Amino acid sequence: MSAGADNGQATSTGIPSAKLGMWLFLASEVMFFAGLIGATIVLRAGLTHWPHPGEELSIPIAALNTFILLSSSMTMAMGVAAVHHQDVKRLRLFLTLTILLGSAFLGVKGYEYSLKFAHGHFPGTALFWDCYFTLTGFHGIHVLAGVIANLWVLSLTFRPDFLRAKGHIVEISGLYWHFVDLVWIFLFPLLYLI
Amino acid sequence: MSEHKRLGFVRKYIFSTDHKIIGIQFLFSSLIFMAFGGLLAMLMRWQLGWPGAALPWMEKVAPAGMPGGVMVPEYYNMLFTMHGSVMIFFGVIPILAGAFGNYLIPLKVGAPDMAFPRLNMLSYWLFPIAAATVLAGFFVEGGAAASGWTAYPPLSGLKETMGPGQTLWAAGVVVLGFSSILGAVNYVATVINHRAPGMSFHRLPISIWALFTTAVLTLLATPVLAAAMILLLLDRSLGTSFFLPAGMIVDGNLLPHAGGQAILWQHLFWFYSHPAVYIMILPAMGFVSDILPTFSRKPIFGYHAIAYSAVAIGAVGFLVWAHHMFQSGMNPTLGTTFMISTMVVAVPTGVKVFSWLGTLWRGSIRLTTPMLHALGFISMFIIGGLTGIFLASTPVDMYFHDTYFVVGHIHYVLFGGSLFGAFAGITFWFPKMFGRRMNEPWGKIHFWLTFLFFNCVMFPMFSLGLGGMPRRIYDYTQYPGLVHFAGLNRMMSMAAFCLMASQLLFAFNFLYSLFRGKKAGENPWEATTLEWETPSPPPHGNFAKTPVVLRGPYEFSVPGRERDWQLQTEED
Repeated sequence: MSAGADNGQATSTGIPSAKLGMWLFLASEVMFFAGLIGATIVLRAGLTHWPHPGEELSIPIAALNTFILLSSSMTMAMGVAAVHHQDVKRLRLFLTLTILLGSAFLGVKGYEYSLKFAHGHFPGTALFWDCYFTLTGFHGIHVLAGVIANLWVLSLTFRPDFLRAKGHIVEISGLYWHFVDLVWIFLFPLLYLI
Repeated sequence: MSEHKRLGFVRKYIFSTDHKIIGIQFLFSSLIFMAFGGLLAMLMRWQLGWPGAALPWMEKVAPAGMPGGVMVPEYYNMLFTMHGSVMIFFGVIPILAGAFGNYLIPLKVGAPDMAFPRLNMLSYWLFPIAAATVLAGFFVEGGAAASGWTAYPPLSGLKETMGPGQTLWAAGVVVLGFSSILGAVNYVATVINHRAPGMSFHRLPISIWALFTTAVLTLLATPVLAAAMILLLLDRSLGTSFFLPAGMIVDGNLLPHAGGQAILWQHLFWFYSHPAVYIMILPAMGFVSDILPTFSRKPIFGYHAIAYSAVAIGAVGFLVWAHHMFQSGMNPTLGTTFMISTMVVAVPTGVKVFSWLGTLWRGSIRLTTPMLHALGFISMFIIGGLTGIFLASTPVDMYFHDTYFVVGHIHYVLFGGSLFGAFAGITFWFPKMFGRRMNEPWGKIHFWLTFLFFNCVMFPMFSLGLGGMPRRIYDYTQYPGLVHFAGLNRMMSMAAFCLMASQLLFAFNFLYSLFRGKKAGENPWEATTLEWETPSPPPHGNFAKTPVVLRGPYEFSVPGRERDWQLQTEED
């Protein structure tokens, strides 16, 4: 986030502007995914054939990935807690874990994609695959953006006086990360389980 | 303050983070795009007034579109598509939300700048990139997008039917969406978080209520348009079938697409584009609500009613989108629902109109140029709004759908409403922006010419629509039943050329006053809100010291006071 005009100063509501800005941006993101998910639901309702759960996609792989991403949300929350305890070492540890878990999610997703490609499933082969690749693809891009954001935050923690001057950035990055996690909680049942 | 003075020309006027400079950048850019969009309309009016007549010099400008100066049908399709897209995406939305949103919000809430100045700069610079992408369509194989500003698939979704110009169009709109969303985040955060001490929500000027509601609409509706555009781009580039059904045959070849729904596009598109109609009218309503009390020398009638009716219009605006789709094959039961929700919009709109009339009632009216434009706005918007009720009514819409009645309606709302609102805003805040006043007699002549010719062009459209003339038609004279409209169309075209020419007077007044206008001083209109307490133009950082707000925004003619206006920070 760019430096607000109020950096360090009181705002009308008492909420830091950068945090408010992230909430507003996330509201916008919710509507973006609502559009994509809504389109998938409408298209599915109009089709005679849609794969049964487990028919085309592997539920165990996706369940593992869900576990990885949920764990990363937990480590992110512990990172935010470390900021509140002014413990920069724990913060670095939990940020690193979050980044690793996020990368692991992307790795598993990439493996899953390679399996589909090997079976000749691409965007443009059937509407199910169009929806699958579009939803998971845009979610993947968001995960990647979150990993990069956390890497940037991690690099900031090595600056002197980070916790006091810029500690709130961890919470803002965390908000985004939890959102990315939440989107997956909708995508997992939508594409894999029902 | 001193650090701001050291900025070089580039940082100060081009890559500026000052909300006022960014607002002025949006103002100049959108005025240029509106002039361009207007010229596209002139070409259309040429073809409609004199179908098939040659304009030999146009062959040099558009050799493929007008060989020998005679327009081909495909070029006409590009013209109405780009006219709509340029006017809506690069004209009206940026001038109302971009220019005035940026310029006015921090000044009127008493903040030194936006919440996120650098994000604000990015929001501006995405705008010319988006415009260049969309307009690049004119220079590629097959020409610019030609499927209407609504870009309905399957026509827009197939490479076979629409060339790369359509891809550029969709990509440009996505970039513009980013620009709008970044701007909206800034506006909402600034209004919530950067109000001066004492500036409660109920002391905000109505223009800020309107811009705030607009920003919320932008924030929540634009991403859905972006999602739709991305799906359209995927259909065009990767061969997906989101909007493309099975069984389509182009040039004798059966296409491989299957399962998609063209009507899904319409739902997603209008989920944005109907709120966008309110994005394009609410700010103008806000400006008028600031201008009327100032030139009636009276407090606004029904402050809370006007403020909350803007919020109500915004909220109901999300529930009306499918009234564009009565004829699309959508379930008719759904049509009734959307008919009712659309009619409901008339209630908060009526609250506004009657409050404006109440403000004027027994005021001591000063007929300045901004006031004339504000009164023009109200009268023209009423015609636009009332014809909207015809179209919202399902059985009536079955007859009017896709006729010139719709074109007349949209122009009464977007030109008669939004543009008169924009003219009111420009003429009202010009002295604040540039420190000089615009020429009043020229301004008034410009208003009356615009008002006259606008009605001569747009009002006959209702008759054409009633008579069954379809919109988006290259040559209506091919239908014997429409030939008798030739004379009326010719008159409309001549009025359209005069309307365009009248804008030269505005451009001249604007540019002349920029350098030679009379010095304005802090408060030339004797108005009450915070921006009128700063020097004209205000310095970087706006206020020498943070203002402390003591009263509401429209304290005119307070009994027992010497002056007939009282600034928001003025002590008793």
